[in-house]
Amino acid sequence: MTAPLLSVRDLRVSFPRRDGGRINVVDGLSFDLGRERLGIVGESGSGKSMTGRAILRLVRPPGRVEASRLAFEGEDLTTLSERRMRALRGARISMVMQDPRYSLNPVMTVGRQIAEALRVHTPLGRAATRARVLQMLQDVRINDPERVAAMYPHEVSGGMGQRIMIAMMLIPRPSLLIADEPTSALDVSVQAQVLGLMDSLVRGNGMGLILISHDLDLVARYCDRILVMNAGRVVETCEARRLGEATHPYTRGLLAAVPRMRETRAELPTLDRRAWEGT
Amino acid sequence: MTAIALRGLNIAYAGTPVVRDVTLDVAEGESFALVGESGSGKSTVLKAITGLAPEWTGSIEVLGRPAAHHPDRKLARVVQMVFQDPYGSLHPRKTVDAVLTEALAIHGIGDRDARVEAVLRDVGLDRRFRFRYPHQLSGGQRQRVAIARALVLEPRILLLDEPTSALDVSVQAEILNLLKRLRAEHRLTYLLVTHNLPVVSFMCDRVAIMNRGRVVEIAPAAALHDGEFQDSYSRQLYAASGGNSPMESAGR
Repeated sequence: MTAPLLSVRDLRVSFPRRDGGRINVVDGLSFDLGRERLGIVGESGSGKSMTGRAILRLVRPPGRVEASRLAFEGEDLTTLSERRMRALRGARISMVMQDPRYSLNPVMTVGRQIAEALRVHTPLGRAATRARVLQMLQDVRINDPERVAAMYPHEVSGGMGQRIMIAMMLIPRPSLLIADEPTSALDVSVQAQVLGLMDSLVRGNGMGLILISHDLDLVARYCDRILVMNAGRVVETCEARRLGEATHPYTRGLLAAVPRMRETRAELPTLDRRAWEGT
Repeated sequence: MTAIALRGLNIAYAGTPVVRDVTLDVAEGESFALVGESGSGKSTVLKAITGLAPEWTGSIEVLGRPAAHHPDRKLARVVQMVFQDPYGSLHPRKTVDAVLTEALAIHGIGDRDARVEAVLRDVGLDRRFRFRYPHQLSGGQRQRVAIARALVLEPRILLLDEPTSALDVSVQAEILNLLKRLRAEHRLTYLLVTHNLPVVSFMCDRVAIMNRGRVVEIAPAAALHDGEFQDSYSRQLYAASGGNSPMESAGR
């Protein structure tokens, strides 16, 4: 068996508490990721976003990341110098965030931003860079790449903004994409387009994907395997298409709490929060 | 009796038309949904009813009375609004008690202490929350306070603008159950704006689907069970919301 793309053992992310102690927001997380699509689901405060950031070492002090193993393509990320880490971010592991309006530079054209993402990692000639940018825009199904490349972020819609973000993240051809709530700022019809696009690019290029979301249905639709997180821990791991057969009471509780399109229940079952969080 | 009657309603912002020719009736005691994507004009309709979007033409009647082109205190007694984001809609430096008491004071309603106590109980908040500030509350608790603030005036109509879309699913379930119970207990009329069709299926009797400022279709909420919509945009929205997905059909 080949080595996994990403291997995480006993990952902990902690923040200081007022009383001088530390609180683990990610508390002993372990998983292996191959060239597959892994979903991480959980509610606010479950530690799902911190997991994504910890992999890229983007947790700022006073936050602290510890792991007995955090290896990407066989390389130990915990001991890598900040300089090597910078070279790795974007080039080999990329991240798409929630809202394109806050992730794109408002005073730089779309084309220049995408070109910059490529140039930082792969120096090519001007003409070659431009050709790659236009090709990439076409890959994210932007019909008129020349025109869009000359636009500023405020001139594009939310869905197009997110497609531009994806273009920017994929142009250096990374082997792992981390997408943190990539579509929760978008309308439902645009959501499906953006996720479908991301999915086909990830599969077409044989990449690994970590999709972080609070939306169980969405993750089930676009992933192979799912980790369900609560209070910093994985409560359940299952195959995405078997999500309906999940056994852990927290997962079952979450599934039951979502209203359905063919709703017939007079009341929605709610989680007994005291059992999980003590609030 | 008709709770809300809109006839040929056009609404503009600084001269730019955003809602065109909306005609609909919400019966008293009904729970009616306005759905559509961002920019479809659904929230603007609520703003026009409350006088917050004054540039409108056509007619708006609330419980048989014509609405004004500005916020109106008399109307506020019968129509209250709950906003999407409880973080943004509560004053950060006022306690829950101050927020609720102020609403009563503005309308010159007495017996405030007892009313505040009663409304907190009604929305499922313990009395220990009464003197807390918004930052000391969770998202779900804040939304309960926002609902209490609307309810404390004993209105007959609640306008709900995406009341649960900023909340986690388990908290959403609690708030939706609360809203459903309050409607039954107080015989309220709801006009709910949302982009979430399953929420409509749980909460509403009828639904108007909006697209680019127009109502393209008004259907019973039961249409969500089989996807039987007349308009092509409605069907598209239904499909994008996972209406035809096998997981949904299986009923899970």
